[in-house]
Parts: sequence; C-alpha cells; structure tokens
Amino acid sequence: MELSLLLIKALIILAVFGVTLLIATYSTYAERKVAAFIQDRVGPNRAGPFGLAQPLADAVKLFFKEEFVPANANKFLFIAGPSLAMLTACMSSAVIPFGGTLIIGGEAIHLQAIEVNIGILYVFGIVALGVYGIMIGGWASNNKFSLLGAIRAASQNISYELAMGMSIIALLLVTGTLSMRDIAAQQGQELFGISGLNWNIFYQPLGFLIFIVCAFAETNRVPFDLPECETELVGGYHTEYSSMGMGLYLFAEYVNIFVASAVMSTLYFGGYNFPFMDQLGLPHNVVTILGTVVLFAKILFFIFFFMWVRWTLPRFRYDQLMNLGWKILIPLSIANVILTGGAILLKQELF
Amino acid sequence: MTGNLFYFLTFLTLFAAIGVVASKNPVYSVLFMILTFFALTGHYIMLNAQFLAAVNFIVYMGAIMVLFLFVIMFLNMREDTEQHKPMLSKIAAAIAGGILFVVMIAALKDVNTQLATTAVFDSQIGMVENLGKVLFRDYLLPFELASVLFLAAMAGAVMLGKREPGEQNRF
Repeated sequence: MELSLLLIKALIILAVFGVTLLIATYSTYAERKVAAFIQDRVGPNRAGPFGLAQPLADAVKLFFKEEFVPANANKFLFIAGPSLAMLTACMSSAVIPFGGTLIIGGEAIHLQAIEVNIGILYVFGIVALGVYGIMIGGWASNNKFSLLGAIRAASQNISYELAMGMSIIALLLVTGTLSMRDIAAQQGQELFGISGLNWNIFYQPLGFLIFIVCAFAETNRVPFDLPECETELVGGYHTEYSSMGMGLYLFAEYVNIFVASAVMSTLYFGGYNFPFMDQLGLPHNVVTILGTVVLFAKILFFIFFFMWVRWTLPRFRYDQLMNLGWKILIPLSIANVILTGGAILLKQELF
Repeated sequence: MTGNLFYFLTFLTLFAAIGVVASKNPVYSVLFMILTFFALTGHYIMLNAQFLAAVNFIVYMGAIMVLFLFVIMFLNMREDTEQHKPMLSKIAAAIAGGILFVVMIAALKDVNTQLATTAVFDSQIGMVENLGKVLFRDYLLPFELASVLFLAAMAGAVMLGKREPGEQNRF
C-alpha cells in the first residue's frame, strides 16, 4: 500500500515535470508561429511537418555550440546563474493542482504533485527566488550591460512583487485558505445554478488585472522586458552568454510563463472546473479528465495571451515601468484589499 | 531521518554563516547569507512552523537579500578594491564577538531543556490559522503597535529618500 502510494506520487511528479518541460519547449515554437501570424509571415516550417521539429533542432544547435566563458568573468557564478534560473523555474509547478481526484480501486488520487497548506505562498516564494539567477549571471559576466540588466531585473521584480502580494491578499480574503487545492475546489461550487462556475474572477476582477500585469513583469516579458532591452543594453543580462547558458535563460522564461499561466488559471479562472461539470451526469473520473483538459486549455490560452501581448505592444520606458508599479499598481491593490474586506464585512452584517 | 536532516541543516547553517564572515568577495558573502536563510527556512519547516518558514523565505530570501545583492552589485566591490582594516579593529571585533558569545552561553546555561509533554503540546500551533488566532486575539495590541512602528519607519524612509527642493533628477 505504502509503496504503491509512493509510486503513484513519483509518477505524478514525473508527469508534472515532463509536461512543464514539454509545454515550455513547444512554447518556443508557438512563439515564433504566433509572431509570424501577427506579422503576416510563415514562421518556422522547414524542420519536420509544419516545422514541428524546430524546438529539437534549436536544442541540438544550442547544445553543440561552444560554451564560452569571458576572460574576466567569475567562472563558477557564470555557470551557476542560468542553472539557478532553470532550477527555480521548474520548482513552482509542484503545488499546482492539475485536476481533481481520480478514483481507482476505491482510492482517491489527487492529480497534484505535492499538497502543502501554504501552497500559494510557496509559489510566491519561488517566484521571488527566480531573480537570483538573472542577478548572479548578469554580475558574473563582468560586463556593464549585463550588470545593468541584472540591476534592472532586481528592482523590477521587487517593485512588482509588492503589488502582486497585495492582489493575492485580496484573493485570500475571499477564499479564506492558502492551499491551492482548496482554492481550486472552492471554485467548483454553484453560481446562479450553474455548477463549476464559482470562479474567483467574478469576485476579484481588479485583483486579477493587477496580478496579470505583475505576472508579465515578474516573467520579464514585453512590455516589461527592460532587463534584456536590446536597444539600450545590447542583450541585457545574457549579453555574454552563448550556447546552453543562453538556452537555459530563454527556456526558464518559457517555464515561468507556463507556471504563471497555470497559477492564474487556478487562482482566478476556476482551475480544473468548467461550467455544468456536475449537471452533465458523467462518471467522476471522466469529469476529472475533462477538467484536466479544460485546465490545460486555459493555460494554453494564457500562454497565447503572453505572446499576443509581446507582438502587439511596444516596450515601456524604465521610469514609466517604475511609476506604473509604485504609483498606480500598489495604491490600486491596497484599495482592492480594503474594498474586498469591506464587502465581506457588509455581506456578514446584512445577509 | 528527521534527526539526520536536523544535523544536515545545522551543518549547512553554520557552514554558510561562517562563509558570510570569511569570504573576501562581498558578493559571495551575500550568497552565503542567502544559503543561511535557506537552511533556517528548513529549520522552521522541521519545527512545523510553515507560515513562519514561508514568510522567512519570501521576505528575507526573496526581498531583503535581493536588495543587499542589488546594492553590492551597484557598488561593484571586488576583492582587490576591498579596504584592509587595521589590526586594532580586528582585535576589537574579535573581543566584542567573544563577549557576546559568553553572554549567550550564560543566558542559555539555565534553559529548561525538558521536552514538552505530549499531552499539552499542540503540534499545529505553527499553522497559519492558529498563528492568526494568536496574533489577532491574544496579542492584538503588541501586533498593532509593531505595525505602527513599521509605518513610522516607512514614512521615515520615504522622507529620507525624497528629493530636496532644487535637486536635479539624476535618472
């Protein structure tokens, strides 16, 4: 019994890890295809049918290029930077519930790698840790453009973490729990008689808006990709990187996008719940599998949204970025917390 | 298993803490300090204080140490540019540290090391819910006073960082 439980957990962890990497890999392909579509081009179409083998070709190219370390760089930290970026990126998908329960032989199996009762704080902590990879890599390169990129990444991350934390606090006031599994399960309740539509987005629209803006800033995506702004900083923190060092930084960004999309779908868009999930009269396991499919559809939509924004909007100026973070998003998120708290009190008093 | 983990974490904490003091390069010092906080987070989890662990992780490792690293990178201090301190201040630091060590030993000498009785000990005390109840019910006044103190410190920081009239914007 104990062994089979361990085996199932190991399988789920492996599956989550594999899916994370697979989606990140194909995000690079999707990014180029979406960019091509938006700019009315064809995009990669040579490697394999529809260019589907392009990520493999890229990986092979990156692996076989020369791993170049600049003469005065700090060798250990120069290697440690991209490794740390990749490590922290892969850690946070562990607590995301990718589905409800599968009942096999009377045993309920949760489709989640680890359940911790502070799941949302865990994700938040790992995201906060992610900036070290960029900072260490940028500093160790011994290049002033890299250093400026690293410093920009640090200040940007700290600024937007505050607003992100505030928007999460407002969400916690609504849900009353820190566990990702409970938050996802709560959203499966009925709203207006439709089961599985009790999504937090209906209670926290402003909070979601703040969260998604901060998610763009935390993952260093356009319009907030100031740390790698090529018009000002050559390549930013990865100027000196070649081959797989560079590859790991790029790959970590896509893993982060996947995790951010998964967190947004779970916290605000109902996770694995979908409308009419209990009213269809399907068996429990079929509903769970459908729920997982729906969750991945939501995640893929958010990944597409990240790309859509990247190829539509221009980049912010650095002072605009700081003003938006400190003077608009933080006051807005504090107001959101107060409004949410007031609304909850009012509901308790009146109803 | 748990005992081994405790000794490993303790070893890691002490190793990293010594690394903070001993390394010549300030950036290495900061990285060792991050490792120290990481090991301390592990200790909190072993004590079943999950919320404290998460807060230590987010606030110290995720925010304060990023700022430390930020400042040290901005100054771009290196081994060769580091000023060598005179012998006198080294000796003074060693004596001060030694006295602090003696004081701590004296204070911890009489600590009651009896294990908590399992009948009255609540292992769930470190969970978010229980911690919130303790903070907001039993210790509400000290908690609010601490938050007022933080607010005053924040206002002070903003005042210090504010541009004087007539000072140019340098960015």
